[in-house]
Amino acid sequence: MPVPDALEFFIDPGRCIGCQACIQACTECDTHKGQSMIQLDYVDRAHSTQTVPVVCLHCDSPTCAEVCPADAIKRTEDGIVHTARKPRCIACNNCVLACPFGVPKMQTEMNLMMKCDMCYDRTSVGLKPWCASACPSQALAFGTREEMARLRPHAKPVNTFQFGMQTIRTKVNIMVPRDSAVEIVDVTAAMHEPTIGHEMLDDVFEPGPDRGDA
Amino acid sequence: MDGPARTTETTPSLDRETIAQFGPHLAYAKDARLDSGVEPDKYVKTHCCFCGQQCGMQLKVKDNLVIGVEPWYEFPFNKGMMCPKGIKRYLQQAHPDRLLHAYEKDTASPGGFKTMAYDAAIRKTAGEIERIQATYGRDAFALLSGASLTTEKTYLMGKFAHMCLRTANIDYNGRLCMVSAGAGNKKAFGIDRAANPWDDILGADVILVSGANIAECAPITTNYVWQAREQGAKVIVVDPRITPIARTCDLFLPVKPGRDTALFNGILHLMIEHDWIDQQFIATHTVGFDAVAAEVREWTPQRTAEVTGIAVKSIEQAAEWWGTAKTSFLCHARGLEHHSHGVQNVLSAINVVLASGRIGRPNCGYATITGQGNGQGGREHGQKCDQLPGGRDLANPEHRGYVAGVWGMDPADLPQPGVDAYEIIRKIDRGEIKGLLSLCFNPVVSLPDNNFVRQALEKLEYYAVIDFFMSESARYATVVLPGSLQEEDEGTVTQTEGRVIRINKAVECPGEARPDWQIIQDIAKALGREQGLAFASPGEMFEELRLASKGGIADYSGISYERIEKNFGVFWPCPSEVPDGVAMPGPQGTPRLFEPGSWNPVAKGAGPFYFPDGKARLNVTAYVGPAEDVDEEFPIILTTGRVVSQFLSGNQTRRIGPLVDHCPEPRIEMHPRLATRLGITDGDWATAESRRGNCTLRASVVTTIRPDTVFIPYHWAGRKSANQLTISAQDPISKIPEYKVCAVRVRKADAPPAYADSLEPQQ
Repeated sequence: MPVPDALEFFIDPGRCIGCQACIQACTECDTHKGQSMIQLDYVDRAHSTQTVPVVCLHCDSPTCAEVCPADAIKRTEDGIVHTARKPRCIACNNCVLACPFGVPKMQTEMNLMMKCDMCYDRTSVGLKPWCASACPSQALAFGTREEMARLRPHAKPVNTFQFGMQTIRTKVNIMVPRDSAVEIVDVTAAMHEPTIGHEMLDDVFEPGPDRGDA
Repeated sequence: MDGPARTTETTPSLDRETIAQFGPHLAYAKDARLDSGVEPDKYVKTHCCFCGQQCGMQLKVKDNLVIGVEPWYEFPFNKGMMCPKGIKRYLQQAHPDRLLHAYEKDTASPGGFKTMAYDAAIRKTAGEIERIQATYGRDAFALLSGASLTTEKTYLMGKFAHMCLRTANIDYNGRLCMVSAGAGNKKAFGIDRAANPWDDILGADVILVSGANIAECAPITTNYVWQAREQGAKVIVVDPRITPIARTCDLFLPVKPGRDTALFNGILHLMIEHDWIDQQFIATHTVGFDAVAAEVREWTPQRTAEVTGIAVKSIEQAAEWWGTAKTSFLCHARGLEHHSHGVQNVLSAINVVLASGRIGRPNCGYATITGQGNGQGGREHGQKCDQLPGGRDLANPEHRGYVAGVWGMDPADLPQPGVDAYEIIRKIDRGEIKGLLSLCFNPVVSLPDNNFVRQALEKLEYYAVIDFFMSESARYATVVLPGSLQEEDEGTVTQTEGRVIRINKAVECPGEARPDWQIIQDIAKALGREQGLAFASPGEMFEELRLASKGGIADYSGISYERIEKNFGVFWPCPSEVPDGVAMPGPQGTPRLFEPGSWNPVAKGAGPFYFPDGKARLNVTAYVGPAEDVDEEFPIILTTGRVVSQFLSGNQTRRIGPLVDHCPEPRIEMHPRLATRLGITDGDWATAESRRGNCTLRASVVTTIRPDTVFIPYHWAGRKSANQLTISAQDPISKIPEYKVCAVRVRKADAPPAYADSLEPQQ
């Protein structure tokens, strides 16, 4: 059974608390038990507890599949990009190097590329993926667009990303402020933007003339 | 004092051997737990054992092995959500470190213990209880129990102490957790329970979080707070650290540890000055406002700022938002409560709730966030040193008479109230208590100043420990009895909202291990005092608990296992009978306390609060500083707390591989301004010393903590234990220890600690 069109995946990094429930949950997934396919990192722990979880974004035209010389990576009609098919995968690592989001993982001991398949065993029978089921802050959420609009009135889903010359549309959405003009997340441009907010954080603990601490 | 006392650089070699023999070792999924082709025999609907939220979950069971977990989407509190501890809790079952036999101390055996026949261990324990009580008096044998047990077991422990052993000295590890909140709630409201269900958070205009690291210690509550914010709520966080919940809050109040009463007094000062108070509510439903108003008069924003280290403009902003809100929710946790003036702190927070009049209505709430896996139920039914079931008082003749009647004994034979858990340790040290039995308590890791605790435990003539693993405290035992994991027994627990829920048994105890309540009853039988301790099942215990709690404040008499299962839990109070003309609680019991017109057995209709006049109490909260302030010798504040991947003393979670991998070892968290002054960089070994001990850990240098404060999480044992440093100063009312403030000095370590080469991270 395909994953129903109405049900979508939403990533809201602003909500992430870094608890790693998603990573632990991912290792419970029956399609790759014992292995987490999620990337969760601190952005800059020296200055913030901000963490960002990354699952497979499930591209409309998956770069991983496009660069696969063995045609091992399949995208089903419901938009899910699957782990490489074992008989075909030659463990060449092309997909790992090419994916702009850094999603596929090479399991050298198995000679196989593995990646998030949005818990196909669950989502194809109407259940939520493991990570979005468990996520205590619902930074990873799975549901309908209408539900999300109701639950997150200040955010909107965006699913187009720019990496230099490459524009990528994905099945998975990322939440951005609703009032922002952003329709495309320009990832490479963002890498060159100065980080903001550190000065504000320092200020929180700055001794001021109106308080007693030193 | 020059340097720490009583600390040696290396742990005794026996300890290393014990670790080699009994762990903590790490368990990872393998075999049936890793094989996606294995179809479970059954899915058992139950709840998490790690933390007071007790999220609903389903355990997947195959051949008496818990092979994994599946979300329980229908359970309304967490709707399938789980934190990492919940997802991996199944790895504690069938663990290689699991105790399968009784053990007795034997220094000649590997690890210092040899196996012992279960019956012999029971006979020996009963014999030693008999001997110690006959030789030194009944109170010379003490019990330490825990709030991660089912409520049935906690009821049994109280009955075992008070009726079978007739010792005054029983207390529990909620003494380290919930007692300041409990005492504050009783003084202000007359009842000790979260006043509201969590759904009331969702409709609040302002949420004030005080000393609660919600994202790490109550992760599922995060979604409630942030859902409220999506709908327009402003979130105010009071904490010395920018915890993940504070990271995106609307207003952060970086309180200097130990100064919370000053902050709330300052907020109330501004509320009164600007008339941001509900005068009608205060007049109708409270007592004591004028005295409190007089107390806070001197707490001007300037003075509050000087004491708390929070900017005047932030204090004013907090007071304005809180003062002018239409709906609100105030929650606090150990950050407010773990102080030598923890009850004052709680009462000062309650004062701003009562002055606002926003309680007892939808979306207007107040709660303490429970810490342990039955932190609420575990503090209600008689294992506290001064308590009888139903939240009754051991010192109250009427209460003694009622419970003695249920138990079929003479009230005169009930002991008088005993002493708190830490005082039990002091009495052991002084030689007044000679024998101890502990269950669900790991004092060597969890109590403050634990070098003293270890020294005291060594003085015991007899120490029996019931545990499923060889905890760090069990290593001091004469005899260790193999008890049960939560998934190996059934019963009820009461979660953070006051909702009584069902723990269902998933698997049988392995080897010679037994459900804890059977072990207790076996001891009673071996003593020849099994009267009243011959229950055949937790269900039978619950039936008696219903009766024993009937008419009390924590009234469970209307709750049955069936009713719990039918309604996704039942909120107490849930009486089986009410006077004519009073409405019975609905199928879900009483989700929200203090609703207008509500009846309770103390006020009897006079008002919604649990005092004879039905009115809540505002209490004067004079600010008192921490017991040990910083000085020239020890110039830095140490505060302690949790990380998300570990639970309490780590006896369970330090054995679960994936959780240990998340945060393998404790670090000393410090601000770069402090680190620079000390010549420490991120990742360096640093030594923190207090007047009681020292501890060498790696430094974590982050801007998310006050520069005058360092933080160490407390889940680790031995030389990694934060509680080597903490102070045993206690609140005079609640007896909670002051885990959140003591004075230390910190320096770059001369060399890596001795443990670094020889112990695994979790050991």
